[in-house]
Amino acid sequence: MAAVVDVIKKHGLGVFDVITDVVGFCADGLTMLLLDMPPLLLVAAAMAGAWYARRSAGLVVMVALGLLFIINQGYWNETMATLSLILFSTLFCMVIGVPLGIACAHRPRLAHVLQPLLDLMQTLPTFVYLIPTLILFGLGTVPGMISTIIFAVPAPIRMTQMGITRVPRSLIEAGEAFGATERQILWKIELPAAMPMIQAGLTQCIMLSLSMVVIAALVGAGGLGVPVVRALNTVQVDVGFESGFVIVLMAIMLDRVCRPKDQAS
Amino acid sequence: MSEEVNAALEFRDVDILFDRGNRRGAIEAALARLDAGETREEIGRALKVTVGVAGANLAVARGEISVLMGLSGSGKSTLLRAANRLNRPVRGEVRIGNGLAWLDIARCDDDTLRTLRKTRIAMVFQQFGLLPWRTVRDNVGFGLELRGMAPAIRRDVVAEKLDLVGLSNWADAYVHELSGGMQQRVGLARAFATDADILLMDEPFSALDPLIRRKLQDELMDLQKRLKKTILFVSHDIDEALKIGSRITIMREGRIVQTGTPDDIALRPVNAYVAEFIRHMNPLPTIVATAVMRRFEDLPRLADGMLDGGRIAVAPESATARLAGRPLPIRPHGEWQPGALCVVPAQLSLGEIVALRQRSGLPVLVEVDGRLAGLCDDADILQALCGEARFRPE
Ligand SMILES: Nc1ncnc2c1ncn2[C@@H]1O[C@H](COP(=O)(O)OP(=O)(O)OP(=O)(O)O)[C@@H](O)[C@H]1O
Ligand SMILES: [Mg+2]
Repeated sequence: MAAVVDVIKKHGLGVFDVITDVVGFCADGLTMLLLDMPPLLLVAAAMAGAWYARRSAGLVVMVALGLLFIINQGYWNETMATLSLILFSTLFCMVIGVPLGIACAHRPRLAHVLQPLLDLMQTLPTFVYLIPTLILFGLGTVPGMISTIIFAVPAPIRMTQMGITRVPRSLIEAGEAFGATERQILWKIELPAAMPMIQAGLTQCIMLSLSMVVIAALVGAGGLGVPVVRALNTVQVDVGFESGFVIVLMAIMLDRVCRPKDQAS
Repeated sequence: MSEEVNAALEFRDVDILFDRGNRRGAIEAALARLDAGETREEIGRALKVTVGVAGANLAVARGEISVLMGLSGSGKSTLLRAANRLNRPVRGEVRIGNGLAWLDIARCDDDTLRTLRKTRIAMVFQQFGLLPWRTVRDNVGFGLELRGMAPAIRRDVVAEKLDLVGLSNWADAYVHELSGGMQQRVGLARAFATDADILLMDEPFSALDPLIRRKLQDELMDLQKRLKKTILFVSHDIDEALKIGSRITIMREGRIVQTGTPDDIALRPVNAYVAEFIRHMNPLPTIVATAVMRRFEDLPRLADGMLDGGRIAVAPESATARLAGRPLPIRPHGEWQPGALCVVPAQLSLGEIVALRQRSGLPVLVEVDGRLAGLCDDADILQALCGEARFRPE
């Protein structure tokens, strides 16, 4: 194993450096951008977004109160860093996960091969792959993000696969009977039918990413994990609780806004 | 022979097998055993191959409603679905008239198949098969959208078809907001929208309650009068089949037992199996005057040359009749008065004949092609009602 990492490090370091630079630049850039904007403007934008997504006044109020509370407690900067980290890792997860999930649903053999790998990714203790990623990508946002993606990407893959496999045979046949090509069946029948599941995968993915913030902080990613780690080192119970509470708050807000509509009520 | 020329859709020696075991060569072995005359059970047990349809021959004429009937598992759906290759026959042809030539759906390439599905053959499903995330309008326009029709033109076509099935006010509703009957009308409109000339309907009304079912049957027959589609229709309801079918095919264990007009099936069943099917039908709306009547050719002549109709004597040539020595007036159906004999058209239903017989107290005369052709008296009506005697093959 060590040898493998060594070889990769020796010959592929350029590639990893590029990845580190590009991804790091994007994520940190987004954090910067978010921080440059007046917080209250972002709160308003978040409220508008919540309204657009759910049409629920209660949720809008909740989002507003939650964000104002975060500003009030002085965790705004960390929250924005975490948000940017989550957005990027979720984006990667979905971009990788949805096509893979579709492929798995259409090719049972592939699903069969991938299944144990996904299990491994979710059960392997994070620290085990944290070390090689650290060596390859150095300290900072990127290794945190990579660990997060490894941990979270099985969710969208599985949910997409399940959603597509569960599309009723009768709907597919309706498509075939009217002369749909395989591509049209995917875009006009399978994906819309699986959309609630895919969205559930998205929400799960966000939640899983959020649960990784502390570990991401250990390898140098910024965000809400940082105060938690600091509190851990200095045994500051109040700071630990505060930042932990902010993480939970974020989780609740993101979950309420993103989760599939039929399950919300 | 004339049937073949007119046929829009034709099954020729179609065998459809389902391989449950995925063993190599199982299908070929099953075909060999099928040809050797083994039954469905034997083949199923020995090779893990289900015989869906075996040796099916059926021609569906242009503009007719051809109904497939049979018990559950008799292969109706399997045969129907071969018509647009949702099931692919392992042997035989499914031919569609394409201009002057025939196209074999079972063997044509995928592009031709898709074109046929987009333009020639549409399907209506038992469970509707509508897309729940689309509005009624977008469901109806589905086939046109697949074809790549521009949205503006599509909208017009869809509006026209929605109007046809009486759902214009529901264009923007979602499918789940509609009742079952309305949902199936959406299914119908979707099938009509592509202007396909062949319509496949797999128990389209079975999921509906009896009242709505009858209403939709009437609507379908109404639409058919105007649109003149070629319809292949699966049903397990004999009354439905007799009502809407211009031709009925009875299937049993994957094989076609009898094909014929409703009268053929109802009055001349080829065997006990078909007779058993017919026994449970409601004869009143389905049996027609010509099937009830005793024909004048078969009546004996009296001494004075008139025909002996039992209670009455008839002279069809001069359109006169006599009851107990006194002449009886004869009146057409619409102008009947008490005390007169009524002349009814050939297609009048048994139910209406019974009603006329009850009101007049006299036999009813039947007119075929403008000539008096026979009469229905109590004995004929009772025989038509109880049926048994008529079910003997000729
Ligand atoms: N896709 C399939 N795979 C395997 N067997 C099948 C398949 N489709 C149909 N069969 C079998 O073929 C036989 C005929 O089925 P089919 O669906 O045509 O019957 P049916 O007459 O339509 O019955 P029902 O009235 O219940 O719809 C059945 O034994 C069924 O199990
Ligand atoms: Mg069926």
